Amino acid sequence: MDDRIRVLIAKPGLDGHDRGAKVIARALRDAGMEVIYTGLRQTPEMIVNASLQEDVQVIGLSILSGAHNAIVPRLMELLKEKDMTDVMVILGGIIPDEDVVVMKKLGVSAVFQPGASLEEIVRFIRGNVKQVV
Amino acid sequence: MALETPEIGDRDVNYCRPGEYPYTRGIHQTMYQGRLWTMRQFSGFASAEETNRRYHYLLSQGQTGLSVAFDLPTLMGYDSDHEQSLGEVGKCGVAISSVEDMDTLFAGIPLGEVSVSMTINSPAPVLFAMYLVAAERQGVSWDKLSGTLQNDILKEYIAQKEYIYPPRPSMRFAVDAMEFSVRHVPRFNPVSISGYHIREAGSTAAQELAFTLRDGIEYADWLVARGLPIDEFAGRLSFFFNSHSNFFEEIAKFRAARRIWAHTMRHRFGATDERSWKLRFHAQTAGVSLTWQQPHNNVMRTTLQAMAAVLGGAQSLHTNSLDEAYALPSEHAVTVALRTQQVLAHESGIPAAPDPFGGSVYLERLTDEIEKHAMAYINRIDEMGGMINAIERGYPQAEIADASYQFQKSVEANQSIIVGVNKYQMAAQKPIELLKIDASVERNQCATIAELRARRDKDVHRVAMEALLKAANENTNTMPYVLDAVRALATVGEICDTLKGAWGTYDEAPSV
Repeated sequence: MDDRIRVLIAKPGLDGHDRGAKVIARALRDAGMEVIYTGLRQTPEMIVNASLQEDVQVIGLSILSGAHNAIVPRLMELLKEKDMTDVMVILGGIIPDEDVVVMKKLGVSAVFQPGASLEEIVRFIRGNVKQVV
Repeated sequence: MALETPEIGDRDVNYCRPGEYPYTRGIHQTMYQGRLWTMRQFSGFASAEETNRRYHYLLSQGQTGLSVAFDLPTLMGYDSDHEQSLGEVGKCGVAISSVEDMDTLFAGIPLGEVSVSMTINSPAPVLFAMYLVAAERQGVSWDKLSGTLQNDILKEYIAQKEYIYPPRPSMRFAVDAMEFSVRHVPRFNPVSISGYHIREAGSTAAQELAFTLRDGIEYADWLVARGLPIDEFAGRLSFFFNSHSNFFEEIAKFRAARRIWAHTMRHRFGATDERSWKLRFHAQTAGVSLTWQQPHNNVMRTTLQAMAAVLGGAQSLHTNSLDEAYALPSEHAVTVALRTQQVLAHESGIPAAPDPFGGSVYLERLTDEIEKHAMAYINRIDEMGGMINAIERGYPQAEIADASYQFQKSVEANQSIIVGVNKYQMAAQKPIELLKIDASVERNQCATIAELRARRDKDVHRVAMEALLKAANENTNTMPYVLDAVRALATVGEICDTLKGAWGTYDEAPSV
C-alpha cells in the first residue's frame, strides 16, 4: 500500500503569482510526498471538497495578496463542518507577524513567511502529520 | 520566417555608436545628457481618493510621471462588490469600478501634461476607455494624452496568470485597443510588452528577453494583419523589463534587447522608419529579490538594480521600496526609493555618458551570449507556429517553472547566497512601519457602486451593453462600444461579464 504523505497545495484568492506554490509542490514531491496541485483561484469550498475527494492529510495554502484574513477563517469553518479537523493546514506567503498569531488561533498548524526554506517545510510536515494507521 | 542575425562579432553591425542602428549602445546619441529618464513609481492602494493623494504627494516630491496599480478584483474584471472580491478590494492596488472612480483618481492632475502608465491587462481596453472618458470630462483632447497601457495579455498566460478569456479572443480585445489607440490617441503607447512578470515568475534573463520579444513579434503580426503598416505603429510599441541583481548580465540584457528588436523590425517586418527600429523600455527593479529578513538591505539591492537599468539605457524607471516583501510601500519607504533614483540622476555622474561600459570585453561577450540564447528561444517558438501556440502547449510556462525550481534548489544548497536569508542571518528584527489597508475601503466601494447603479440611466446603459455584446460577436473593433458603455456608467465588472457572454472564460490546466 502507498504510505506516502498526501498533500494538497492550493492557491486561493484572485492572485495569480503561483511561483511559490509550484516550487513547494515540486519540493514536496521530490521529498517523496504525493502532491495534488489545485491550480489558481480556488474558493475555500473548492479546496475543502478537493481535500475530501483526494483524502489528503495536509492542505498547504499559498497566499500573497493579503486576503488570508478573509479566506482562512472560512476554510477552517468548512473543515469543521465536514468533520475534517484531522487534516493539517499550513500556510505560506506574505503573512504579517500579528496575523500569524490570528491564523494559529484559527487552527493553522504552521505559517511559513518569506525566506522559509523548503527543507524546513518538509521537516515540519513529516514531523507533524497524523499518519493514517 | 527566421530572423537574420548578423554573425556574432560583426563589429560594423553590432558595435555601433550610441543612437545608431542597431542601438546596442542606446537609442539616443546623447542619452541622459539630452533628457533624464522618467521617474515613474508604480502606485495605487485602497480607494481612488487615497491614491489620488499619494499621486499629488509623489508629483510634489519630483516624480515625473504616474503609474497606476489596480487591485486584484479590477485586474480580474470584477467589481468591488463581487463575491470573488471579498477581502481583496484595495489590497494590491487601487479599486476602480467606474469612470467616476477614474475621475477621482486623477482629480487635480492635468491629463494633458502628466503622462500616465496603467498596469492592467485582461480588462485593459475597459480601463483605457475609462481613462479616455475621464480626459474628455477634464476637457483634454485625446491627441494631448501620453502614457502607456500595459495591455500585454500574452505574458498573463505565460507568467502573471491574470487572464479572463481564452487566449485568442483576449488577444483580439487587446489588439482592438492597440489599433484604436494608434488611430485616435497618437501619443499614447497602447502596449507595454512585459518581461517583468516573466522574470518575477522565475525565468532566467535570457528567457525573459526571448519570451518578451517574441510576444512583441506576435502583437506586430496581429496589427499588420489589421491592415496597419508597420511604420505606423512600431514606434508606439513599448517594452517593460525587470532589472535584476546580476549587474552586468542585466546591462547586457538591455543592450541585446535593443539589438534583436532593431534587427527584427528592419528585416522581419521591413520597417524603414528609424523610430520603428528603436526599442524603448521601462524598467523596474526586481521585486522578487527583496527580502523579508533585514529589510533595509533592500535599499542597496534596489540601488544596484537601478544602476543596471540606467547603464542599460532605460527610458523610465521604477525603484522598489524596502518594505515591499511585506506590503504595499509606506510613504516613507516610497520616498527613499524615489530618492535613490534622484541620487543616481544628480549625484553619481552615471548619466554623463551613454553606455559607458560599451566596448568592455566582458560586457560585449555577455551581450552576444544573451542574444544568442534569446534567439534560440525565439526561433524555437517560431517553429511552434508563434507564441499563442507555444502558450497552448505550456512551453514558456514549463521553462519558467523549471528555472525557478532550479534557482530555489541552488538557494537551499547555499550555492546562491541571499544576504540575510541563507547567510549572515540575524535572529531578532526590529519591526518596520507598514501600510495598512482598512476594511472600510471595501464597504465604501460597494456602497458607491450600489449608488451608481441606482442613479444611472438604465435604458442608456442597457442599449450600450447590447451593442457591446453584438460587436464582440462580430468582427469589428470593440473599443468604440466599450467607450459608449463607459460613458453610460457601466462598471468594469459589467463590461467584462458581457464579453464573457461572447468569448467564454479560461482556466489553465494546473501543472507543477
